[in-house]
Amino acid sequence: MSNFTKKQVSDLVKGSLDWDTLHMMLSMPKDKERYANYMSVLQDQVSWDDKIIMAFGPHLYLAETTADKSLVTKCSCGHDFGDYRSNWKLNALVYVRDDEEKMQEVYPKLMAPDTNWQVYREYYCPTCGVMHDIEAPTPWYPVIHDFQPDIPALFDWLDLPAPVNA
Amino acid sequence: MTIQEKINGAGTRPASLLPSGLTLNDHRNLILKRTEETGHYNGLETLEFKESDPIGYERIFSKLRAGLVNSREVAKKIAASPIVEQEGELCFTLYNVAGDCIATSTGIIIHVGTMGAAIKYMIQNNWESNPGINPGDMFTNNDCQIGNVHPCDIATIVPIFHEGNLIGWVGGVTHVIDVGAVGPGSMSNGQIQRFGDGVQITCRKTGVNDTPLRDWLHESQRNVRTPKYWILDEKTRIAGCHMIRDLVEETVREEGIEAYERFATEVIEDGRRGLVSRIKAMTIPGKIKTVAFVDVPYAHEDVAVPSPFAKVDTIMHAPCEITVKPDATWRLDFEGCSRWGWHTYNANPVAFTSGIWVMMTQSLVPTERINDGARYATEFRLPKGTWTNPDDRRTAHADAWHFLVSSWSSLWRGISRTYFGRGYLEEVNAGNSNPCNWLQGGGINQEGEIHAVNSFETAACGTGACAVKDGLNHAAAIWNPEGDMGDIEIWELAEPLLYMGRTIKTNTGGYGKYRGGLGFETLRMVWGSADWTMFFMGNGYMNSDWGLMGGYPAATGYRFEAHNTGLLERISEGKSLPLGKDRDPGQCELEKHLGSDAQVKRDKQCITTEAIFENGDLYLNYLRGGPGFGDPLDRDIADVENDLNQNFVLPAFAEKVYGVVISQDKDGAWSVDSEKTVLQRGNIRQARIARGTPTRQWMESERQRIIDKDASVQVQQMFASSFYLSERFLNEFKTFWDLPASWELKEEELGIPMFGAKHHMDLSELPDVHPVIMTEQ
Repeated sequence: MSNFTKKQVSDLVKGSLDWDTLHMMLSMPKDKERYANYMSVLQDQVSWDDKIIMAFGPHLYLAETTADKSLVTKCSCGHDFGDYRSNWKLNALVYVRDDEEKMQEVYPKLMAPDTNWQVYREYYCPTCGVMHDIEAPTPWYPVIHDFQPDIPALFDWLDLPAPVNA
Repeated sequence: MTIQEKINGAGTRPASLLPSGLTLNDHRNLILKRTEETGHYNGLETLEFKESDPIGYERIFSKLRAGLVNSREVAKKIAASPIVEQEGELCFTLYNVAGDCIATSTGIIIHVGTMGAAIKYMIQNNWESNPGINPGDMFTNNDCQIGNVHPCDIATIVPIFHEGNLIGWVGGVTHVIDVGAVGPGSMSNGQIQRFGDGVQITCRKTGVNDTPLRDWLHESQRNVRTPKYWILDEKTRIAGCHMIRDLVEETVREEGIEAYERFATEVIEDGRRGLVSRIKAMTIPGKIKTVAFVDVPYAHEDVAVPSPFAKVDTIMHAPCEITVKPDATWRLDFEGCSRWGWHTYNANPVAFTSGIWVMMTQSLVPTERINDGARYATEFRLPKGTWTNPDDRRTAHADAWHFLVSSWSSLWRGISRTYFGRGYLEEVNAGNSNPCNWLQGGGINQEGEIHAVNSFETAACGTGACAVKDGLNHAAAIWNPEGDMGDIEIWELAEPLLYMGRTIKTNTGGYGKYRGGLGFETLRMVWGSADWTMFFMGNGYMNSDWGLMGGYPAATGYRFEAHNTGLLERISEGKSLPLGKDRDPGQCELEKHLGSDAQVKRDKQCITTEAIFENGDLYLNYLRGGPGFGDPLDRDIADVENDLNQNFVLPAFAEKVYGVVISQDKDGAWSVDSEKTVLQRGNIRQARIARGTPTRQWMESERQRIIDKDASVQVQQMFASSFYLSERFLNEFKTFWDLPASWELKEEELGIPMFGAKHHMDLSELPDVHPVIMTEQ
């Protein structure tokens, strides 16, 4: 079992970790302490106090509120997308690239999908405008609830006490 | 635990191949029963051999594994086909008596399962009584309805005996260059049924006393276009299998038969535990939902198929719900998939369940210990009647990869969410490229011989972005861990196609904080052939990859071919030539160097069937990039600058997507103004807020489109097909969109051919055929 410092995990998150250490992270058995270090690094990056439990993306977290210990999906800017059990995308802004002109804003002619077959749905934070996700489905496709974590089971694996409202 | 839907009754056989006196089928059924009852392979709740003699256990593993790899490396030198010799499209796998994989070589390890399925089929269908299983026998299989991925993967299977008893099997597989399908090339697409998919061999005994049978040699060579490659591939497989058989016999002599047989069982339970351990160490329990699509644009005039009912545009739909369970096993449920179709992209459950390990060895099980144990820790559900599990024995499978790798791209994305969630960012992969284009064709080549080609340049597409770094450019393909585009000089020997250029393909990697790896493009000019055809095979109207956590999907494909180019005259006159860089397809750069009468096809129709190419005609082989990770506005400014100066991205898209403010010096070097870029990125974020619509509000308008049946026929056909097969998917769809109870969508209302939509005949309905079923369906 390998061990890595919080500084190394911080560099990993920043994308500045040296290759030798990164290679070790890839090739060695996983360090169970990563979770605690990672959460600590993420917590340092945000200006709010709610406790980060998990990352859903580079700017999107599952957090336990200090006010009532509820578990919410939260943007790095502090925007609250609501209970983590519901799909955060339903509380985001969406922009749908559903014609050729909108597609050619992002890819050259002939190198984007034909919108009679497929569209891009870009999901933005209503407060800061960060793009948290892009879906590329057919028209009509339901908004996908990507990930519904089993928090009690995860904390059991981590040998840590689970959040009270998990 | 996925074991087998039905444990079959005892077979009959006068003399057993096993010391226990059991038939092979009874032996296997006993293993399955013990596994089902205990949750451990063959009931092994403890690994007694490994725990009591760990060095002896590891000694056997190391010897076998090293021998498998060595045999592959030696044997592939026999092959002449660049697919095998250059790209490494072969592998060798060792099985226990029950046909469960013990260990495998490097290479196309999807065949861990496919050859195992063939062995299990022989066991379950009483091959031991007829045609008999004896020392020195060889069996050949490429039947997709047994579990082969596509007919071009030919497997040779050799039983291994010790003192008259069967102690295991070894299988070797190569991807041959042609199997005599209607269209030339190993993964052709002009046919729409099995009966045009090329020669299919069903676990046939093709050799005795270590010698191939003459009838087999004569028949097989005349059934394919490329007999020289065929026979050398066969020798490759036989040599490798016999080397490994010798290795097993040597291991038994050194370690004893008892130790070997204990190892051959324990190592599978060990493999099962290995996957469980990694799932627990790396992932997050819970449910992950994901989906992938593939365009099947068959209505186009350049798709010529033999039957009118195949002339329809459809979409492959592959939703998947991944459940990582608290006990650290997992389940992959493909409920809602669309129906199989009249094309060559259908798959079968074994191709699915076996193929997934090609991917997982690159993240979840990154060890040399991949074996059937991982399958025993995984539940698969592949609903009958879908493209993953056809309920009709007519289906074609020549390019099953087209759908398989596309559906797997979404699995990368799904499982990566769990790696990312708990901090293992180094394992995150936004997905795999759709590995294409497949340049294929045939005719009379530059040697004056009947020939067929399948360029494997696509084994070096761009990879998906990671959460800590960009994807690799023109580096790998999900299905071939070796990742090699092959040498130009070798391809020019194998194909009557000169390289006008080979270069990185600008703008193909999906944008993101970390960019997907870029693909590349090669421009080929037909030269030296007498008669020659080619066709395109790839995605064009849709992407199968999506990007992850704010990253964009990779670029889609397009087609460029040119006829009557005037190039031979331009060469003799010393005029400018198209040298392969189609940097911005909207600018039509290649056409500027062709004769005025050139006939060019430049469009999104990336699946075609055979078209005649004369000497001097052009074909652009565009190999795709990988998807991106994270919001592009978070991309490091220096990285965007590098992208510009390396020609990885067009300036207009660096400005629009990455939000950089750029300038170019007199030498053509780009630089990014960091202060202005920070402001510009802030403006773009504000512009997003301004143009975005609250999702629930947008859903109202989309709901109305659904009620109005406002979508293309192919989109409606996809949904109708999935609704017909899955009431659960239909109900979830109607619930999500809050549709009236009376709302329905049926294929009948779309005005397209429905041949095969309702009436089927499954393989299991043939007399005396007992398919091996290893997934829920």
